[in-house]
Amino acid sequence: MSIFIDNETKVVVQGLTGEQGKFHALRNKAYGTKVVAGTRPGKGGETVEGIPIFNTVEDAIEETGANTAMTFVPPPFAKDAVLEAAYAGCELIVCITEGIPAKDEAEMYDLLKQKTSSRLLGPNCPGLISPGKSNVGIMPHEITMEGKVGVVSRSGTLTYQAVLELTNLNIGQSTCIGIGGDPVPGTSFIDVLDAFQNDIQTEAIVMIGEIGGSAEEEAAEFIKDNVTKPVVSYIAGLTAPPGKKMGHAGAIVSGNKGTASAKIEALTDAGANVVKNPTRIGQAIKDVI
Amino acid sequence: MNLFEYQGKRLYKDFSIPTPKSIFVSSISSISDNHDLNYPLVVKAQVQVGGRGKAGGIKVANNFKELIEYSNEILGMDIKGHIVESLLIEEASTIQEEYYISFTLDRSAKKYLMMLSSKGGMDIEEVAQNNPDDLIKIYISPSEGLNTEVVNKAIKDSKLNQDYNDELNDVISKLYNLFVESDCDLVEVNPLAITNKGVSALDSKVSLDMNAVYRHDNFIDIEKEIPIPVSEQFAKEKNLNFIKLDGTVGIIGNGAGLVMSTLDVVSEYGGKAANFLDIGGGAKAETVTAALEVLESEDNVKSVLINIFGGITRCDLVAEGIVEATKGKDLKWPIIVRLDGTNSKEGLAILQENSNEKITISSSMDDAAKLAVKGAN
Repeated sequence: MSIFIDNETKVVVQGLTGEQGKFHALRNKAYGTKVVAGTRPGKGGETVEGIPIFNTVEDAIEETGANTAMTFVPPPFAKDAVLEAAYAGCELIVCITEGIPAKDEAEMYDLLKQKTSSRLLGPNCPGLISPGKSNVGIMPHEITMEGKVGVVSRSGTLTYQAVLELTNLNIGQSTCIGIGGDPVPGTSFIDVLDAFQNDIQTEAIVMIGEIGGSAEEEAAEFIKDNVTKPVVSYIAGLTAPPGKKMGHAGAIVSGNKGTASAKIEALTDAGANVVKNPTRIGQAIKDVI
Repeated sequence: MNLFEYQGKRLYKDFSIPTPKSIFVSSISSISDNHDLNYPLVVKAQVQVGGRGKAGGIKVANNFKELIEYSNEILGMDIKGHIVESLLIEEASTIQEEYYISFTLDRSAKKYLMMLSSKGGMDIEEVAQNNPDDLIKIYISPSEGLNTEVVNKAIKDSKLNQDYNDELNDVISKLYNLFVESDCDLVEVNPLAITNKGVSALDSKVSLDMNAVYRHDNFIDIEKEIPIPVSEQFAKEKNLNFIKLDGTVGIIGNGAGLVMSTLDVVSEYGGKAANFLDIGGGAKAETVTAALEVLESEDNVKSVLINIFGGITRCDLVAEGIVEATKGKDLKWPIIVRLDGTNSKEGLAILQENSNEKITISSSMDDAAKLAVKGAN
């Protein structure tokens, strides 16, 4: 098993005709992911490297049985694209697009929760890979190997760093997931931790956070009460300069959460092994499995 | 993007939110006796830092002579490292009551948050901590919005003056409209006052979501008015996320998380970062060239660490950018390059073909950080 994607994942790519969409969709396909369709309004009937293009996600699902959408469409159209995929019935929507306005993300999340049962991963995320099964997104699959460690991170490139540290020590991964660092991520640390805890293949978890917000503190609470598998964690930004503060509303909302030390303390308190340097993640996992 | 008070108040006017009548000036010569404001006038330093009143950045002028005198005093003043370059001159209000109101996005609730308090005009963080019951929090569904009944209840619950209920409701609704329609990260008014002229927003803190710039032409004009350090200006033009720091190891990386982590690892090995520079996702060769140009103009840089883990970013393009920026140049400092991920083999091959004695390729983030720290000493 793995979480969220496996051999049965069939992907429809929104924005397959764009440069980034094409480059990464073809990489995913070459890896073995079932990339079955693309969409582009007005281009239905055409193909991109043998992948059929449809006018709508609904058409793509009807013709190909796609169950997952991967979105590369530019920010002004991303909200509508994600909602289209959800209303058409995609179980999982992986939104790679960077730079979507926070208001669009908040509205999109609200509508998805109210009206659909779709899971959104991202926006502004690298996607996810279940090594040996499926790669949906922009992660470099070369650094992954199949195994039993689940990896979840807010940062794309730090996810890769963590995965490489594991692979270098011959430790494989069940699923590697980047949830994205935007204000309103569709899938939270808690959602992923919960799925890893319930996944038979996953025996240990790597969780990578960074300064800002309170997602890591909330995850720590969840780990304390619900996660029995060993967790190794790393928080980036211990030496980062404090951001320019504006107004007081943000400070009231976050309280004293948000700093690297607050997050490290919360995770340590929850029983996670928090390493101080991402290059030590591999060894820390090796020690617990 | 954080706005000055006068910029926020301009947006208030666009949304018919009442604020005192005012003029905005950035030089003494532009203040004439010919204005149509009524004395007394408040001269307010336009700086993005708290505590300007205590620092002498706000003064009340009763006549033209005082107006010139105080404006002269405040323009050019240094308030906590911020030089006052402009003033907002506005009609003074007779304040009867002072409230606090803000709209922001609560990331953990994934909803908009309205906070309302009858204890405005003072440090609201203190109120939140010591008297949390005096700060009403209302969560708003982003897809459903804010309705009148909810606002009426919030006004009642936070014990604002009921005699002004309709007027307050109207102003609060307009502030919410501004927050949503102008893609604000924050709209905060402290104080929102009941004055002799009715409800009035006496201060403004507005922050704009620059991801939404494509649907707001005015964001660009607003941005042009906000001064930024010269070093950050060039980086901004090149679409680089650059923050100057006071160490000696120049850092270039892709993705905020990896760059922050690089700062941490450099610090662990006894070095100190000269900057934070994120080339973002999917960078082209010219982005990397520009990043190196930014560091060239920084005097404190003694070595440079380029830490790239390709995903959507392609290492071959990064390598091309490094070669382009350094080819045939006598480099001021050693450059340590670490490339992993998408097309890293191709990238490393490009660097090897165009070898430069000042450029060292490192196979791991840890080793690269150690070498960069050594190179800076």
